[in-house]
Amino acid sequence: MIKAILIFNNHGKPRLIRFYQYFHQAAQDTSYCKAEDMQQQIIRETFHLVSKRDDNVCNFLEGGSLIGGSDYKLIYRHYATLYFVFCVDSSESELGILDLIQVFVETLDKCFENVCELDLIFHMDKVHYILQEVVMGGMVLETNMNEIVAQVEVQNRMEKSEGGLSAAPARAVSAVKNMNLPEIPRNINIGDINIKVPSLSPF
Amino acid sequence: MPAPIRLRELIRTIRTARTQAEEREMIQKECAAIRSSFREEDNTYRCRNVAKLLYMHMLGYPAHFGQLECLKLIASQKFTDKRIGYLGAMLLLDERQDVHLLMTNCIKNDLNHSTQYVQGLALCTLGCMGSSEMCRDLAGEVEKLLKTSNSYLRKKAALCAVHVIRKVPELMEMFLPATKNLLSEKNHGVLHTSVVLLTEMCERSPDMLAHFRKLVPQLVRILKNLIMSGYSPEHDVSGISDPFLQVRILRLLRILGKGDDDSSEAMNDILAQVATNTETSKNVGNAILYETVLTIMDIKSESGLRVLAINILGRFLLNNDKNIRYVALTSLLKTVQTDHNAVQRHRSTIVDCLKDLDVSIKRRAMELSFALVNGNNIRGMMKELLYFLDSCDPEFKADCASGVFLAAEKYAPSKRWHIDTIMRVLTTAGSYVRDDSVPNLIQLITNSVEMHAYTVQRLYKALLDDISQQPLVQVASWCIGEYGDLLVSGQCEEEEPIQVTEDEVLDVLEGLLVSNLSTPVTRGYALTAIMKLSTRFTSVNRIKKVVSIYGSSIDVELQQRAVEYNALFKKYDHMRPALLERMPIMEKTASNGPTEIVQTNGEAEPSVVEAKHPPPVTQPTNQANDLLDLLGGNDVVPVIQTTVPTKPASAGGELLDLLGDLSLSGIPPMTAYNKNGLKIDFTFERANPNPNIAVITIHASNSTEADMTDFVFQAAVPKTFQLQLLSPSSNVVPTLNQGTVTQVIRVLNPQKQQLRMRIKLTYTHKGSAVQDLAEVNNFPPQSWQ
Repeated sequence: MIKAILIFNNHGKPRLIRFYQYFHQAAQDTSYCKAEDMQQQIIRETFHLVSKRDDNVCNFLEGGSLIGGSDYKLIYRHYATLYFVFCVDSSESELGILDLIQVFVETLDKCFENVCELDLIFHMDKVHYILQEVVMGGMVLETNMNEIVAQVEVQNRMEKSEGGLSAAPARAVSAVKNMNLPEIPRNINIGDINIKVPSLSPF
Repeated sequence: MPAPIRLRELIRTIRTARTQAEEREMIQKECAAIRSSFREEDNTYRCRNVAKLLYMHMLGYPAHFGQLECLKLIASQKFTDKRIGYLGAMLLLDERQDVHLLMTNCIKNDLNHSTQYVQGLALCTLGCMGSSEMCRDLAGEVEKLLKTSNSYLRKKAALCAVHVIRKVPELMEMFLPATKNLLSEKNHGVLHTSVVLLTEMCERSPDMLAHFRKLVPQLVRILKNLIMSGYSPEHDVSGISDPFLQVRILRLLRILGKGDDDSSEAMNDILAQVATNTETSKNVGNAILYETVLTIMDIKSESGLRVLAINILGRFLLNNDKNIRYVALTSLLKTVQTDHNAVQRHRSTIVDCLKDLDVSIKRRAMELSFALVNGNNIRGMMKELLYFLDSCDPEFKADCASGVFLAAEKYAPSKRWHIDTIMRVLTTAGSYVRDDSVPNLIQLITNSVEMHAYTVQRLYKALLDDISQQPLVQVASWCIGEYGDLLVSGQCEEEEPIQVTEDEVLDVLEGLLVSNLSTPVTRGYALTAIMKLSTRFTSVNRIKKVVSIYGSSIDVELQQRAVEYNALFKKYDHMRPALLERMPIMEKTASNGPTEIVQTNGEAEPSVVEAKHPPPVTQPTNQANDLLDLLGGNDVVPVIQTTVPTKPASAGGELLDLLGDLSLSGIPPMTAYNKNGLKIDFTFERANPNPNIAVITIHASNSTEADMTDFVFQAAVPKTFQLQLLSPSSNVVPTLNQGTVTQVIRVLNPQKQQLRMRIKLTYTHKGSAVQDLAEVNNFPPQSWQ
């Protein structure tokens, strides 16, 4: 079973957090604030463990002290500025999870067209919906990329027809994406810049 | 009230914050706005507000006030609302909050909604965070959806069923009929989740496992189709057809085939096929191969297949990809118990992995190396492991040191090698050695009698170099205290004896006492060592001076010791030599066996002390107790072996006999058994200080003309009592009453119940074995009151 899925960037800022199991501290405190603090602590600790790793070591780590326990492992992959970390127990195949992360990232790529970190930042809800079609309740639901993309598209269209989350036309979405923002996205599509050449008058 | 800002604007605003405090301020402002918007019960913007709340929750800010709003969104008719509402429920709610039960009705309605995506959302939420009450209420709906023909819903229902079973295991039976034709689905998504469901059911209930064994042929067929089918673009991942499904099926086959011959046989062919045909150039191929290997190892596969599996693992070890190597090491660790020899062949590769840069691989390799150590390869392996110990990270050193000690203890080819190895560990990783290894080492050194001189010389030299590693210092000072005379007299045979004077030795020990690097425990060891040297060295005055100085030490422990040692010099000087004698060979006690009474030191000590010096006088006895106490923990308590008939037990018994074999404590003796010429008498005394313990000595005498050999006396008492049998004086009962066999029984009777005993006697008489059982009920009342 997958216990948690965390995506954070090279500085430890969370981009997506999904827990499928609650890591209760010994205190068993049911106060609301504790849950968020606990989650942030887990993120910090995981980031600390994962960022120390070189690029040429294996992608498996024993869990930290918070999500630790002999059964839990951290399986992670580093793509450009993002770490994708899956915390799993022994019932999942480690190499299989590595493939699953790859499938997930490729699906994101298909849904967002050359996905970069900014897409994840501004469309956190969309990423959750895509993830929901891949992993449900900590278990792998669907691994066929085309299926996932198709299902997500249908649901997005349903949302759009009702006016969408922002109750604003769809054009606003793409406008935001093209805005000049301080961080440089990983992929800069230089390929499709159209340089208009004025029609030269014949000599 | 202006319209609440959009999610994207919020994200943009927060990202402009340059400090944490600025960000917190912005968020608090927005939270306030959201809260007032919630209060206005605004339906249009609720979804937007909840989305923003979820974003802030991800950053770590409290968002609990949005929980009810999520419920309202779920109840709305719009798909957008439902979508974000369910997401919010999954992220913000869990079964610890009572609010979540309010969702049950909404989910129930949505499970029957006309739009499949709404049904999907409901299944997803239930499968993620449904509590046991919710699962109980809604299991019926899930079961219905499990039988639908809509593959999108069917796969979600299957995973939801897994969650329901995890929460409420009794409902597993309910899903059984729906699983009938799950495997005949064409859709891979449904197949995949169905296999997960079947796996879960098999893991939980052995009955289900037996029931589903009949599916093995079907699973084998599906797997075969996956492998043999040509390229299919929709399921292809790097050239292999749906590897995820293959891995899942292999895992289920493993569970079904474990321990069952027929199923294992049905799988043999397909496993061999997968193992030989899978492409290993990419990670996907290796994932499948790895799963196949695990399955082969777990089921009752034929030996050829097993060898194939281990060889595949061996190949994995040589792979460049670190992940593969890690995974291979992990599975070799699991199989090393069962297929030890096969794994031994890869020993050199595994030992090479110790030098890898990757921490995870190093750890696995270390564990595996320890598992592979045996009598034949101990020297070579130990060299590698000690080299590893020198150069590894601190987090490994404790485990490695313990492992080295264990391996050395089991397979040491010679005592000298053993001691050398220990010395090496202590000097290189001394501060990481676990605390309990100090007493173990002391015991080991004591027992290797011929190596005492060599050991103490090496330890002394190590102390001269470095006194910072506490375990080393403790062991060394103990040894010097015990064997200082050997050190000074230069008796070492194994290596060049060093010239050391008594004063030099005392300098070193005193240096330990004053050094800042020594812990209080170490100081205690050093002081005791100095004291012991007073009987082995001639310069007693110097020792007296040191001891008296520490009589006013700030450390209470040191002070107490010094004061007592002082008293030993003054009032009990005649006891001193006997008390500070060499320690005898210690038997390692296993944890107290079930028949032993758990003795406090007060109980165990007197019998040992009696062995050493004649009249039991209370005060020196206490000092002797303290002395033995001080020598470091319970492990070092010398316990009389109960296997070999030893003198001390009977000496104690005879002593007490002498002092009054006519009822020492006024309890009359009794005859417990008298048959066929064998007579067994019981005499009683009270063990002091514990009045609940009755000490019974049996006297067995034989009035026939032949000896009774191999005489064994056994006793059993009712559950409220506890019994300890000490060793008998002999196991031959001589003929014609020429002598008696005595044995001491201690009975603990905390509830002061009437003492009853059943005894069993076995002996060989005139060539034939005799066995008899008897009940002893005639205990005098004073023995148990």
